[in-house]
Amino acid sequence: MRREEFDVLARPAGAQPLVYLDNASTTQRPRTVLDAVDAFYGTSNANPFRGVYSLSVAATDAYDAARKRVAEFVGADSAEIVFTSGTTEAINLLANTIGADRLSAGDEVLVTELEHHSNLVPWQMLCRRTGAKLSVLPIDDRGELQMERLADELSSKTKVVACAHVSNSLGTLNDVTEVVSAAKAVGAITVVDGAQAVAHVPVDVRALDCDFYAFSSHKMYGPMGVGALYGRRKLLESMPPWQSGGDMVQTVTFEETTFRDAPFRFEAGTPNVAGAVGLAAAIDFLAQEDPSTHEAALLARAVEALDAAPGVRLIGRPSRRIGVVSFVVDGVHAHDVATVLDTKGIAVRSGHHCTQPVMDHFGVPATVRVSFAMYNELTEIDRLVEGLEEVRRIFG
Amino acid sequence: MTDARELYKALVLEHERSPHNEGHLDDRTHHARGHNPLCGDRVDVHLIVEGDRIVAVRFESRGCAIARASASIMTTLVEGATTGEARERTAQLAALLERGNTETDEALEPLLGVRLFPGRVRCATLAWTTLVEALT
Repeated sequence: MRREEFDVLARPAGAQPLVYLDNASTTQRPRTVLDAVDAFYGTSNANPFRGVYSLSVAATDAYDAARKRVAEFVGADSAEIVFTSGTTEAINLLANTIGADRLSAGDEVLVTELEHHSNLVPWQMLCRRTGAKLSVLPIDDRGELQMERLADELSSKTKVVACAHVSNSLGTLNDVTEVVSAAKAVGAITVVDGAQAVAHVPVDVRALDCDFYAFSSHKMYGPMGVGALYGRRKLLESMPPWQSGGDMVQTVTFEETTFRDAPFRFEAGTPNVAGAVGLAAAIDFLAQEDPSTHEAALLARAVEALDAAPGVRLIGRPSRRIGVVSFVVDGVHAHDVATVLDTKGIAVRSGHHCTQPVMDHFGVPATVRVSFAMYNELTEIDRLVEGLEEVRRIFG
Repeated sequence: MTDARELYKALVLEHERSPHNEGHLDDRTHHARGHNPLCGDRVDVHLIVEGDRIVAVRFESRGCAIARASASIMTTLVEGATTGEARERTAQLAALLERGNTETDEALEPLLGVRLFPGRVRCATLAWTTLVEALT
């Protein structure tokens, strides 16, 4: 749906139209988003907050409006939204502020086996520094979290629980509310990685009841280099700053410096206003038409077609799946599958998808990953199936 | 769009299916493990070097067809060669695979299809860079 609004998709890939199936890595951006970024730079570009002149006020207004739009998008207040460069930065920010504050030797951080490296490595590094223990909630062979193990993996020593909303390599839609509720019961703070979810499922941080929710603009049709972190107000207010410098300070002397309130305390330096404006435009774009029925149909057809394709084995078979299908082809490395598909104008991802533990769990070095966005069409799945037939012809 | 068969030539597929010199070397004098973290390709190169000559070479790999085939081809070209010649061959392959290079080389010809697939260059050079590491 709405394919004509995306210029990149009109470009041919060789002799045929591009079939872009790597949306979990990054999505394409519609013209309205590109126009919004352009319009900011062309008409309202100045450093926000700092000038009393009209252009700076215009930039400030644009930035404030973008923050408000992002807050509405996830069901929060503006003061609870920190603009970041993306999900990875958001999680690093949390690990180095509230994480560092709350962890001592012997404490625990619980992550899941299907986390993206960005919601794993920062916690792992924090545990190394503080002497805390990293615990892991495992997945089963369907690629679903073993929720019955949750109570065992949590303890009174658990201070942080970090969990993905949707798995970027398996597509699993996790039961975040149950994870959050169990974490709260032991007094742990919850950090939800929403990068893979926000373009595909509605997000209401109050309903999820998580303490933090991080996501990236570029995975939801917005520009690269910007994202947002929702933080429960009283937690954000209690957190020390991370990156420091201009814009996040109140008064500065050589003796002492005081810091601004949240969320500004966590936004040092000149912000990516154009990115924030683009993200707000992407939110408006998404709000125009609900893509979930279309995307569910794409996913169902893909799973069916791949199941029927000879030599193809699905990796992960979660009962609740969003946006992503991973598979392997017997006797052919994922890289080689992806290269052959590339010669047919089809873009898929091959590798470990920044989830090496998931690959280890399933005993594969890599998978081929197909991931959908609203602009994909059912006919593209037919092209994928034909491409896989070419793989068989070449590799026998 | 380029035909995938430019990359997966018959000779390349043959090397992938029945690679030369795959395995371990118990009395190896040199070893290195190469890794391409972006895709998960992994190659171990085992050598017996006497003086400055590579007397025996074996490889073990986990990864794509190009990495495997290239490792197999590499072993056939460096077994019996001097360490200096092995290094030269590696540099030669790297140069041949640079974007825009149209030169050819008989021994390395099966791998030159990679030029049409720049995303796979690191797969093709992995065994070779690992060889050089083993010699260092």
